[in-house]
Amino acid sequence: MVEVLKTGVFDSIQDLGRADVQQFGVPYAGVMDQYSAMLANSILGNAPNAAVIESTFQGPSLKFQINTLICVSGANANPKINDQPVKLNMALAVKAGDILSFGKLNYGSRIYTAVFGGFQSEVVMNSRSMFTNVTKVSRLQKGDLIPISNVAIDAKTSHSLVKFHQSHFESDDITVLKGPEFESLAQDLKSELFEIPFTVASTSNRMAYQVDERLPNDLDSMITSLVLPGTIQLTPSGQLIILMRDCQTTGGYPRILQLTEMAINRLAQKNFGSQIRFKLMN
Amino acid sequence: MTSYDLTYHRYSERSILVNWPQQISTEILQDVLRFKSVVENSNIKQILQVNNAYNSILVFYNFTIENIYDEILALKRLYAEKFSVKIRAKKLWHIPVCYDASFGIDLEAMSLELGLNNDQLIEQHSGKIYTVFFLGFLPGFMYLGGLSEQLYYPRKETPRIKVSKGAVAIGGEQTGVYPMESPGGWNIIGNTPIDFFDPKASLPCFVKAGDQIKFEAVTIDRYHHIQEEIDNAQYNLKVEEING
Repeated sequence: MVEVLKTGVFDSIQDLGRADVQQFGVPYAGVMDQYSAMLANSILGNAPNAAVIESTFQGPSLKFQINTLICVSGANANPKINDQPVKLNMALAVKAGDILSFGKLNYGSRIYTAVFGGFQSEVVMNSRSMFTNVTKVSRLQKGDLIPISNVAIDAKTSHSLVKFHQSHFESDDITVLKGPEFESLAQDLKSELFEIPFTVASTSNRMAYQVDERLPNDLDSMITSLVLPGTIQLTPSGQLIILMRDCQTTGGYPRILQLTEMAINRLAQKNFGSQIRFKLMN
Repeated sequence: MTSYDLTYHRYSERSILVNWPQQISTEILQDVLRFKSVVENSNIKQILQVNNAYNSILVFYNFTIENIYDEILALKRLYAEKFSVKIRAKKLWHIPVCYDASFGIDLEAMSLELGLNNDQLIEQHSGKIYTVFFLGFLPGFMYLGGLSEQLYYPRKETPRIKVSKGAVAIGGEQTGVYPMESPGGWNIIGNTPIDFFDPKASLPCFVKAGDQIKFEAVTIDRYHHIQEEIDNAQYNLKVEEING
């Protein structure tokens, strides 16, 4: 078991989410930044879909009740084991009674804590990803005990630092494809989308990111259609809504752009006030 | 069988959107669901799932699409072949609704505004058979077609923070059921004790796109009785198979 001693701003258990249940109106959910979460799992020799703890802006405090291996990836919030600083993106041995805690956020916004074998919380519709009305709870609480695997650790598990691309946090480029309603946009709006930087708004969350800038919009609303994480909708008031992992399965606003998978991962690590630039995928 | 002019659009690295003409009609829905079923049963192994809305399907692949033209061509061929597929028999579900003022908190105001009395409004709403176009917005939320024009009524300017689970409501030209407590801007005219979403069930929603819904007015006593039967797993929802 792992005991949650303290939570941060928002901590939840996530894996790669739920596919094949969108016909019921159930969102994908899952880790916001799949790149970082999968990196942590790969360092521990876990399956890519193993459940991790995703924490936003601030890390939790976790007490391990058995000896195991852990890996922290994603945003750098100065992780510590028993108050001693530890490295990101590396397998770390913890003993029963050890406490993982975090300090001040240095860069990024989503912190991933992976454990050997993955967190063994409840599976609902083939996924452990927490989501309101699907799983019993939608976030971790102080005092929670999360089951983990007590299988003996494979000695061959790599303890080395793997190659990690810092551009994931440093680049402002968000790669997009043209959305189904892109061609209906006015010509100057089409070019403006790729010319000006946009600022991540403080209303952004796991459902959707917004930007501070407004665009003149004369597109008609449309009949409700299908959307995916990464779909950028343009509202009648000229707001851009960038749908993220917890988004609904359908929407009625024109879909002007679509983020690539890697762009969703990158955007998930942007803080409020960060600037982003849309780049068309060639 | 009507053939529509479809458009194909690369939606994401792993999906293709197919669009029908931009109208809401049951004829288009039949063709959407037929083609959805054809694609699902095709020999294109890489297709992970197909979802539909009013006039589109989103075909999701389990890999990044390398050659979009090849994949679109394969879909176009499937559409042109006009396969008829065996689709699961459509069902007509009878959903008990209590329109009592304790549930239907907007019913009185709506009746006044629409120039109907409460009973007329209830008759108009429960007298129709609705078609389920798809599920979206919330898990288990049905997009229903077939609301009587006399009951078209604008959404609330300020949505409620909390709409109760089971609330039966009207928003614009649509009617529906809130499958769980949620914020919402539709006008609430009643409540049903039926669960539309159960994440633990092997089939999380009993209703599928293409099915039909009929609301049946019940008294508040009957409502509570049904609720009790549901809690004790003794309630049998009335359902008919429909042809066509």
